[in-house]
Amino acid sequence: MAAVIQLEKVGLRYRVPRERILSLKEYAIRKLQRRVKYDHLQALDDVDLSVEPGERVGVIGRNGAGKSTLFRVISRVLPPSAGRVYVAGRIAPILELGLGFHGELTARENVMLQGALLGFSRAEMRRRLERIIGWAELEDFMDAPTRTFSTGMAARLAFAVATDVDPDILLVDEALSVGDEKFQRKCHDRMQGFHDRGKTMMLVSHSASQIRENCDRAIWLHHGRLVRDGSAAEVTEAYHQWSMGESDLVQ
Amino acid sequence: MADVSAAHVYDSDRRRPRWLEEAAFLWRYRGLVHELVIRDIKVRYKRSVLGLLWTMLAPLLNMIALTLVFSALLKMAISNYPVYFMAGQIFWNFFAQTTITASMQTQASNDLAKRMFIPRSVFVLAAIGGGLVNLFLSLIPLVVILFVTGFPFHATWAFLPVSIFILMLFTTGIALLLFTLTSRFADVREMYGVLVQTWFFLTPIVYEPSIVPSRYRVWLSLNPMYHLIQVFRKPIYDGTLPSPELIVVSLAFSVIVLITGWVYFCHRTDKMAYWS
Repeated sequence: MAAVIQLEKVGLRYRVPRERILSLKEYAIRKLQRRVKYDHLQALDDVDLSVEPGERVGVIGRNGAGKSTLFRVISRVLPPSAGRVYVAGRIAPILELGLGFHGELTARENVMLQGALLGFSRAEMRRRLERIIGWAELEDFMDAPTRTFSTGMAARLAFAVATDVDPDILLVDEALSVGDEKFQRKCHDRMQGFHDRGKTMMLVSHSASQIRENCDRAIWLHHGRLVRDGSAAEVTEAYHQWSMGESDLVQ
Repeated sequence: MADVSAAHVYDSDRRRPRWLEEAAFLWRYRGLVHELVIRDIKVRYKRSVLGLLWTMLAPLLNMIALTLVFSALLKMAISNYPVYFMAGQIFWNFFAQTTITASMQTQASNDLAKRMFIPRSVFVLAAIGGGLVNLFLSLIPLVVILFVTGFPFHATWAFLPVSIFILMLFTTGIALLLFTLTSRFADVREMYGVLVQTWFFLTPIVYEPSIVPSRYRVWLSLNPMYHLIQVFRKPIYDGTLPSPELIVVSLAFSVIVLITGWVYFCHRTDKMAYWS
């Protein structure tokens, strides 16, 4: 079966000005003096990756290894500077929870907004509204502004929206570590159901156990390169060994 | 796996021309434009006492101040100055405030658009949508003044939807240009604030075009806002339909600016994620 996510020799280079120039006046002056200097940051380097439908892929690596950049490239936020990205299917990202929530708006209004951010129509969201609020167990707070919500409540709502819209591909970026145990359990069940319907999932996490629990396969990014690709158990173990300083970074 | 519609396939090697790609996304995310307009209105009026009333009071206060200065102090001979002034100012305000709002969307849009895919043009269009709502609200004080001063309510008001449409095209074009520039350089916003103030006084809104000396007329005719304001003033104040020439000129300016804005914006959208 054809891959749902296919990355061929993908590179992503950020061009970072050596000093942050935010003003046009400053830029014009420096440009005239030929003093605009850039550093290049290779956030992703020659990454080849192919994900089949229904796979659950964990992504590990240190801070700054390119994990979030990888997600941005897949979700077409950042066009690759080299190589080719191919994605077939609707993506829902679960990122920093509550992103796009507006504190002054009620839970109900925020669900509508969040759905629209994911590209869904108002009619479609109105149909899903009840179920989303129900899953998040926020029926009693539907008309309360979300600024009054606890982190856990906001997390439940965000997770409920992103998973209810039933995307083909779910990208989860370290979003599951909040919330109480019951919530974690529910998230896990939901993702299991997702998997049962043959959907694809990628999960960034610092927790090896979370990856082993939710994924079959794992990849390890280091300085933007894909250094390891294998079963979740094997890759998390290798990463653990390396983190403890017990092994070298060889494939 | 369920078959995926072509609309949800992304291949970085096979992208459509940017101006077309962005247009298709904007259409798909039209619900988001709607949602953002509603959000902005709700947030604006949720925790304020004057709220809605203020949107209508502001142009009235402006009008009173300027009427005092221009007709009482400077003895400008314009009959029913309040109506004359408001018939221009309300629409100028739509243009000025909407473009400024669009330039202020860059930060908020970055916070979202650098983490999840959203066509950034929705934020510009949301600013236009919000501006239109305010424009309709500020028509209420104009109608009030019409009644208070006993000014006739001309049948030519029926032409106003067309006028608003033309102005909207122009405003969208400028908003797109401004959004693109401010995404790159934050100080463009302040520069524009100064520019728009100057532009206001160079456009016959508080004064009549006839007082402009003939040697400056050429410059006046190069100011798109001069023509666009006339498209409103004719039906409201003069009670006549805009001449075909006036419509063609203002429409031409608007379409050119809109196309330029759209092409420039789309040409830079790939870069915006890197600038943020």
